Amino acid sequence: MSARLNQLGLAFVVILVVAAILVPFLSLAVSSDSAFYLPPYLVQLLGKYLCYAILAVALDLVWGYCGILSLGHGAFFALGGYAMGMYLMRQIGTRGVYANPILPDFMVFLNWKELPVAWWGFNWFPYAMAMVVLVPGLLALAFGWFAFRSRVTGVYLSIITQAMTFALFKEFFRNDFGFGGNNGLTDFKDLLGFSVQSASTKAALFSASAIALIVAYAVSRAIIASKYGKALVAVRDAESRMRFLGYRVENYKLFVFVVSAIIAGIAGALYVPQVGIINPSEFAPANSIEAAIWVAVGGRGTLIGAALGAIAVNFAKTFFTGAFPEYWLYGLGLLFVLTTLFLPKGILGLALRDSRARSGPKTETSPIALEEGADS
Amino acid sequence: MTSPNARRLVAHDTARGLRLRALRVLGVIALLAFAGAARADAVDDTLARFLGDKFPQTEAAVRELAAEAPPTAAAILEALGDNRLLIDPADHLVAYKTAAGAILNAKTGEPIAGVDPAAFKKVRVNNALRSAIEGAMGSLTLANPDPEKRLAAAEDVFRTHDAKALPALQAQLGKESDPRVLAALKLAQASIFATSDTTSTQDRLAAIATLKERGDQDAQSLIDGIAQRATDPAVKGAAATALSAIHARLALWGVAQNLWYGISASSVLLLAAIGLAITFGVMGVINMAHGEMVMLGAYSTYVVQSLLPPSLQNWSLAFAIPLAFVVAGVVGIAIERLVIRFLYTRPLETLLATWGVSLILQQLVRSLFGANNRLVSNPPFMSGAFEIGGLSITTNRLWIIVLSALVFIGLQLVLRATPFGLQMRAVTQNRRMAASMGISTARVDMLAFGLGSGVAGIAGVALSQIDNVSPNLGQGYIIDSFMVVVFGGVGNLWGTAFGALLIGLANKLLEPLIGAVQGQIVLLIFIILFIQRRPRGLFALRGRAVEA
Repeated sequence: MSARLNQLGLAFVVILVVAAILVPFLSLAVSSDSAFYLPPYLVQLLGKYLCYAILAVALDLVWGYCGILSLGHGAFFALGGYAMGMYLMRQIGTRGVYANPILPDFMVFLNWKELPVAWWGFNWFPYAMAMVVLVPGLLALAFGWFAFRSRVTGVYLSIITQAMTFALFKEFFRNDFGFGGNNGLTDFKDLLGFSVQSASTKAALFSASAIALIVAYAVSRAIIASKYGKALVAVRDAESRMRFLGYRVENYKLFVFVVSAIIAGIAGALYVPQVGIINPSEFAPANSIEAAIWVAVGGRGTLIGAALGAIAVNFAKTFFTGAFPEYWLYGLGLLFVLTTLFLPKGILGLALRDSRARSGPKTETSPIALEEGADS
Repeated sequence: MTSPNARRLVAHDTARGLRLRALRVLGVIALLAFAGAARADAVDDTLARFLGDKFPQTEAAVRELAAEAPPTAAAILEALGDNRLLIDPADHLVAYKTAAGAILNAKTGEPIAGVDPAAFKKVRVNNALRSAIEGAMGSLTLANPDPEKRLAAAEDVFRTHDAKALPALQAQLGKESDPRVLAALKLAQASIFATSDTTSTQDRLAAIATLKERGDQDAQSLIDGIAQRATDPAVKGAAATALSAIHARLALWGVAQNLWYGISASSVLLLAAIGLAITFGVMGVINMAHGEMVMLGAYSTYVVQSLLPPSLQNWSLAFAIPLAFVVAGVVGIAIERLVIRFLYTRPLETLLATWGVSLILQQLVRSLFGANNRLVSNPPFMSGAFEIGGLSITTNRLWIIVLSALVFIGLQLVLRATPFGLQMRAVTQNRRMAASMGISTARVDMLAFGLGSGVAGIAGVALSQIDNVSPNLGQGYIIDSFMVVVFGGVGNLWGTAFGALLIGLANKLLEPLIGAVQGQIVLLIFIILFIQRRPRGLFALRGRAVEA
């Protein structure tokens, strides 16, 4: 990792720390007449961007540094979100429409008599938080163990992670699955006793998201800077060679895949109380692919770039879907095409281009494979 | 206007007067007239029963009307069922109102001029009466000169198995000439015999045997009822045996039907996936915009149908298939030239770039044609359905199977029998070696991409016949198509065909067992696990070039 990237990383952390302090201040302590006042909906929006940024960092960790383009990170994100949503549902208690102290409204509506086993313990916050980490982590462990051991790589891996996401997408739509069907979980009341609607809770969630982003960044950087991280990058660039050198390639991949899934799950858990709903559409395969473009736009293999890309693309999305809704898909589509064609290293890659800068994409007529496995 | 009774008296008087004059020749005529009058009398008496507006009398009138079958009987019964039968007790007049609002005399069927609709009263109907009307209508139409009507009437009697229809049924059985109607009448009779407790055991057993031969859902429920209610042990036993035989038969047909659905689903999957298999096989890149090529093909069909003059509409698909192939193929070549060829060394980024292309194409179509579904009609030869035994086969699905078989054979021919196919296979197997042998891989890539996309366009024509034509059409098929290709392995179209068949069949055979969504999920999990075992698919190419 270049020195300039380290400097940028430091600046990034400092900005996040400042934001974590300043945003609650501007939202709560400044009077609503002031020009610096941040209304709660903006705080919520910014918090949402930060959650996407955490997801992007998680994806960059596996894609940028290990060459695994996971199209399942949207699913890990949503699973974390569902775990948090289940805690929030249990907190509603008797304030629901049917005022059932144990069962969430949708279960009463479906005429269920008892709480399904999957929901046990979710009224206890530490248990719910453990699930936020464990569910995506264990799924990634099981999936990765199968996939990496049998050397599923490249686009094949992308496609089966997408299939996994699609299977979960369909499963969560079913009422019988027990997680609210297509309506998902919503109508939350409070989190740890604080109302999720209040401005102070929103400000606190923003700060928590900023801190989580710092932690995710720090953990990812620590992994990459370690000896293990060097091996990881080597796996990305020459997998067979690493295997021939005696490295257990699958273990390297599996570890980073699980860590990444856990980070994505935490991002989802922070996301749900801020947007106030989690439903199966979060599992939509398109979401996972969009996350990949945030990373690509910002700059693969930079972590900060991924986070900035997530914030920038989502800011553009908020703006365009409001101002020119019919043109947003053109814009997003072009972003995919142009970034991959002309900005293979993303915005940050462009900014950091130094003397070692490579030329652009190869354009000679005969596309002879440079990367390993590309011509299989 | 004289009342019917008054006119009857006049007829009597005339007849008596003629006899009194003892003119023998005229007497014969008078006798004939008397017979006619007597028949008219019976109908008059029947109609007179409506005047009381009492349920038992009305029911008797309905039954008599069915037996006497005057020309207006069907119209009267229908009017009664719809609350359109009117009576004027003061004038002894029975009339009915047509759907158009005209008031007709019930006896003659002629319009009654200058009457006040307010003078009439509606004849009341209850549910018991309604079923009596249905039975009477059934027996009336049993004698209809049109064999189709008789067939429908016999089917009706079979469904209601109303013993009241038995006399009319047996009367018709004696003189029926059409074999289809005869069979239906026999079945209807069997349904009445089998369910009636008053029939002899022997007749009931024979009836149950006839029903067992029919062996469909209706016969099953009928016999099920007998097996539960019958008191005669012989009948009960026969019904139980027949029931299990029908169960087995229906289960067999059910499996056959599911197999048919599975083959039909497989043909759709094959059409959608085979183009993907070509592009993925030759170039090793995933084209996420493949679904949009299918969508473009479907919209080409829509455009063709809206531009063609009505006289050529029957041939719309003959125009749509080449157009869809060309449109999707040209768009595919454009994508390859403008985007994909710069990304060959970066397959993962090709995935993202083509996803972007798919978003643009979707939005483009949405801007041009609107976000709503477009109506694409089936040409006459592709609409409708027919039955083979217990199998119901829709014609459009059958044609899609034919189309996918033709596309498959056509592609095999291109691959096996043309120089371009040879080059394509060479590039698939070993790109560098093929390039060393002087094959222009760039040209092969471009044409292969065009071919794969064009085939996707043809798939779109087929899908427009069975699915909604909307900008999202392609999205619904893309993941399944990937699964087919990944499962079947690249570089071998037989693998794709086999993958499509297996996934389509498994999907439809799992559906009745665990539900549609669950079945798909189980299948996805199976494929994910399968990929772990055979990462390069079922029909993987073997050789040094594959694992670089």
